[in-house]
Amino acid sequence: MRINPRAEQAFVRAVLWTLTAITVLILVYIIVFVLRKGIPALSWDFLTKNPVDMGKGGGIFSTIVATIVLTAGAILIAAPLGVGTAIYLTEYTWEGPVTRIIRFGAECLAGIPSIIFGLFGFILFVTKLRFGWSILSGSLTLAFMILPTIIRTSEEAIKSVPPVYRTVSFSLGGTKWQTVTRVVVPSALPGIVTGVILSVGRSIGETAAVIFTAGSALRLPTSIFSSSRTMSVHFYILAREGISMPNAYGTAAVLIIAILAINLLTYYLMNRFIKKYS
Amino acid sequence: MDGTAKKRSGTRLERNDRLVRLALLVVAFSAVSVLLVITVFIVGQGTPIMFRYGLKSFLTGTRWYPSENLFGLWPMIVGSLYVTVGAMVLGVPFGLSCAIVLTEFSSKRLRSIIKPVIELLAGIPSVVYGFMGVVILVPFIRETFGGPGLSVLAAAIILGIMILPTIISISVDALQAVPPTYREGSIALGATKWQTVKMVLLPAARSGIIASIILGMGRAIGETMAVIMIAGNAAKVPGSLLDPVRTLTSNIALEMGYAAGEHRQALFATGVILFIIIMVLNTVANVTASRMKGAKK
Amino acid sequence: MTRQRFACLFLALAVALLAGCRGGRSKNELTLAGSTSIQPFADKWAEVFMERHPGFAVNVQGGGSSAGIQACKSGACEIGMASRELKADEADLTKIVVARDGLAIIVHPSNPVRGLKVAEVKQIFSGDLAGWQAFGGPDKRITVVTREEGSGTRGAFQELVMGKTRIFSGAITEDSNGTVREIVAHDPAAIGFISLGLVNSQVRALALDGAAANDANILNGSYRLVRPFLFVSRGLPTGLAKEFIDFVLSDEGQTLVREEGLLPIR
Repeated sequence: MRINPRAEQAFVRAVLWTLTAITVLILVYIIVFVLRKGIPALSWDFLTKNPVDMGKGGGIFSTIVATIVLTAGAILIAAPLGVGTAIYLTEYTWEGPVTRIIRFGAECLAGIPSIIFGLFGFILFVTKLRFGWSILSGSLTLAFMILPTIIRTSEEAIKSVPPVYRTVSFSLGGTKWQTVTRVVVPSALPGIVTGVILSVGRSIGETAAVIFTAGSALRLPTSIFSSSRTMSVHFYILAREGISMPNAYGTAAVLIIAILAINLLTYYLMNRFIKKYS
Repeated sequence: MDGTAKKRSGTRLERNDRLVRLALLVVAFSAVSVLLVITVFIVGQGTPIMFRYGLKSFLTGTRWYPSENLFGLWPMIVGSLYVTVGAMVLGVPFGLSCAIVLTEFSSKRLRSIIKPVIELLAGIPSVVYGFMGVVILVPFIRETFGGPGLSVLAAAIILGIMILPTIISISVDALQAVPPTYREGSIALGATKWQTVKMVLLPAARSGIIASIILGMGRAIGETMAVIMIAGNAAKVPGSLLDPVRTLTSNIALEMGYAAGEHRQALFATGVILFIIIMVLNTVANVTASRMKGAKK
Repeated sequence: MTRQRFACLFLALAVALLAGCRGGRSKNELTLAGSTSIQPFADKWAEVFMERHPGFAVNVQGGGSSAGIQACKSGACEIGMASRELKADEADLTKIVVARDGLAIIVHPSNPVRGLKVAEVKQIFSGDLAGWQAFGGPDKRITVVTREEGSGTRGAFQELVMGKTRIFSGAITEDSNGTVREIVAHDPAAIGFISLGLVNSQVRALALDGAAANDANILNGSYRLVRPFLFVSRGLPTGLAKEFIDFVLSDEGQTLVREEGLLPIR
């Protein structure tokens, strides 16, 4: 029996659109649900006071600070290392078995579950190196976790710079270093920045690796050896133990808004750079 | 041309260049050694026990009671498998449909609204997804289907939702990478849009779509926090969709804090197994993705 | 010019790192880690202690009793918190009893079952009895909720209720008292065990062998599920750790204990 192609298309279109609508609705519903329940809990006090009574009262200031410090620490360690490695691998070495192994290794490590990094960080930093549960342990673990991704995305970005840019620079008398810093890296910057910002997003949302390395202490951190609780960890604990649903939603709302803001920043920066360089 | 002046400036630039090259070498070396340390550490800690305990009993043993030195991973392996397969069964049809609709059946304006929304959702922390599962999905399953609600079904649904952004964005890229001439040729021959999609575009984008599915699988296998919150974590092979389940990653997270000696090594060994699974998935994804790039040329 | 910028960045980084680095952990910081049963109470003690002694920081982590003992042994924290007795291979640590706590068997408030024999609880948790009907409850399968193996609460439960019998592998496993309470509070067919001090209006503690779960019955011995809350340390506690423990053992610390629902040591 031959099915009328137009009828078939109409039917399939209906099915596809239904599935798509369901998908989009579910995804939007999640954001709306959290924001609707969470925004009422937000207030100036919520954002500037520390948690009280295991998080039942007070605000989430210490967790905001911890999140910022931990993520900043991770980026400060991983970004220079990652971008530098990418530059070296693409500009200063040739495409051989060694670089291919490194690339494969970085790709695999980028896909490893974060709990493994947590296990690694816990055993190495918290226990063996005696750093204890601390911002130091947490930042180092997060840095190790995002390093492979930054290497990979930076490499892709640098490789996609047209070779003609380099040739022109050399023909104008530039040295390798001048070419790299003034021609290659600036044109690869959108891709590099995207990779870094994606890693920032990942670090902010990371819970498993952080709980076991930075710990879950509620106090405002006083040094890099202090333990501290990030927003994701705080949300996890509040939600799981039912300590305070309003505060849990509030924390989740802050998290989502922060990540939304970071993603919007990415779009804005990328668009600006594309306009600038095209 | 003043010979001496040129020589002086030439040497200075060369020296800077060499310094920079050295600095970058040090940086690259440190980064690579970090990657090496992680790999060596995990493999080094995990492999001895696999052979000492016996690889077969480690992988197929059904009893996980660390206090009695029983390390049978089978329930968790099956758990990870069920939950991942469930996530794919749910995530792939919805994700692919979304990708097809986005690239072929929607206007540019609609696309410019939906695509960013999906990419934004990729950044939502997994604990938020897990929380939604606890608050909405688990009670629903318990009241409608029975059982504790903390179940394979709950984990599969939540994971399926979590991998949607991955599948959608990579499949969209794969579909958009198909040359417009394919579409034009097919329409010129009188095919409907759907016939074009079904018989021309999907086969052409097959490699990329498969890569997206495999990467989605990787994400599902690696997810820890959301699963711990909604799967129940019973170290027993689930008998039905409504039974609680424990995955390999949850196993590590639940026991990491206090595991010592052999127990700790058993957890690292679990990490090694996850490592191997990810490596295999990555290789397959790479091979299929490069075939996609090759087809583009 | 870029080189100067890099140099500045490097310098700033170095300064920031050095500023944070006080040569290892500060003497003004104390870390407690371990039992999730003790954690909320330790947090309360820490709050009051820090009000009395500004300039000192007391961090409280969870992780479970065994994790806390491990952490103390390895030096990751100064004081470990354990809600069970120490095992043979942990006996080299100094232990100080800071409170006592009952172990409550909890069910959903709507559950008609009000009390069980300890032997029946054992049957439920070993998987031998699967339905509430056997105890006069609704015709539903029992959702058994337990803690992870390293939990002191589970350790105490194992010792006081299960004996040599294993908790069955199909039991739902969670990693803190709070989570167990949440699950039991929302599932009418669930049963679990938590610290008596953490029982609230969302769950009901069963009477065991006829004795209701309250402090009076613990004191007179009719409710037998009691375990000590221990602070452990390597060697005798010194410095800030000693001050904190002294505070917890003082009248004020113990009054706080009683207010929060625990049993003081005396």
